[in-house]
Amino acid sequence: MISAYYFGAISLILIGLYAILTKRNLLKILVGLSIMETGVNLLLISVGYVSGRTAPILTEGATPQTTVDPIPQALVLTAIVIGVATTALALTVAINLYEKYKTLDIEKIRGLRG
Amino acid sequence: MVKRVLAIILILITGYWLANALAQVPFGADKMLVGKYYLENVKEQTGAVNAVTAVVVNYRGLDTLGEVTVLFIAATGVAALLWRKKRERTAKSEGSVVLQTGSKLLLPFIMLFGAYIFIHGHLTPGGGFPGGATIATAFLMLYLAFREYEIPHNVFEPLEGLAGMGYVAVGLIGLIIGGYFLFDWIWQTWQLGHANIGRLFSAGFIPIIYTLIGLKVGTELTGIVDNMVKEPKEGGQ
Repeated sequence: MISAYYFGAISLILIGLYAILTKRNLLKILVGLSIMETGVNLLLISVGYVSGRTAPILTEGATPQTTVDPIPQALVLTAIVIGVATTALALTVAINLYEKYKTLDIEKIRGLRG
Repeated sequence: MVKRVLAIILILITGYWLANALAQVPFGADKMLVGKYYLENVKEQTGAVNAVTAVVVNYRGLDTLGEVTVLFIAATGVAALLWRKKRERTAKSEGSVVLQTGSKLLLPFIMLFGAYIFIHGHLTPGGGFPGGATIATAFLMLYLAFREYEIPHNVFEPLEGLAGMGYVAVGLIGLIIGGYFLFDWIWQTWQLGHANIGRLFSAGFIPIIYTLIGLKVGTELTGIVDNMVKEPKEGGQ
C-alpha cells in the first residue's frame, strides 16, 4: 500500500493528464499542465520527507540528525519558479493564437488539425 | 467519447505504473545520501543555517544561474511574442475604492516584506525567488487598481539587467580569487562573518546573490505582468 502523500501526488498528475488529453480549450489544457506540475512538486517533496523530522534549517536545536533531506526542497524551489515562467510563456502563445484565429478551441485552430 | 475512454484507460495504466514504482520507495524513511553530507557540512562550508538556501545558491550556484537565465528567456519570450507597435491598457473601469486605497497603502509594506524574505534567505524559509514574487504582487495590485498605471520602465529594465550582470560578476570575482566560478570568496577567503553564524551578517555571498536574484525576479515578473495586461490598439497591429 502506498502512502497518502504519494497517492495525492499521483492523483494530481493523473487529473492534469486527463485534462490535457480530453479538453479542447487551450486555457483548460494549460490549467491541466499546471495541476500536473503541482503533482510532480508534491511527489518530489514527499520523497524527501523523513518521518518525525523538521525543516532543514539548523537553528534552535535542529541537528543534521533531526532534519529532512534539503535537496528535493531545493529542486522544487527551482521547479516552481520555472513553472511560473513557462506558464506565462504558454499563456502568451495562447494570446497570440487567439488574436490570429479568434478561438481557443484547438480542433478549430487550423495549424493543429492532423 | 472514444477519446475520453482511451484517455481514461491510458490514465489508469499510467497511475498503476506510477503507484507500482513508488511502492518500492518507502515514505518517511531516511534515504539521504548527498543530503546528509550537505546537512553535516553546511555551517562550516557556507555559513548558512538554511540548508536549502545553501544548496540552491552555494553548492549548486551554477544551476541557479541557469534557472535565472531560463526565467530571463521566458520573460524575453513573453515580451517578444506580445510585441506590437502600439499597445495600451484596455481596462474598462478603475478598481474599487477599497482596492485603490489598499494597493497604495500596502505597496511599501509588501515591498518591505519581499525584501525581508530575500535578505534573510540564509536564515529563514524563503529566498530570492519567493521574495521577488512577493514584490511583483505589489505591482500587480497597482495594475489591477488603476487603469492608467504603468511601471517606470526606465528604472525596471536597467535594474533587471544590472542584477543579472551582478550575479555573473560575483561568480567571476570568485573565479579570479578562488580558481572556480561562483567560489564563495567572502566566506572562504576573507573569512567574514565566521563568528556570527545564524545572524544576518554571515553566509558569505548568499545574501548578496539572493538580493540580486530577488531584484531580478521581482522586476522580471512585473515585466511579464506589464506585457500581459496591455493589448494592441484598435487597428494598430
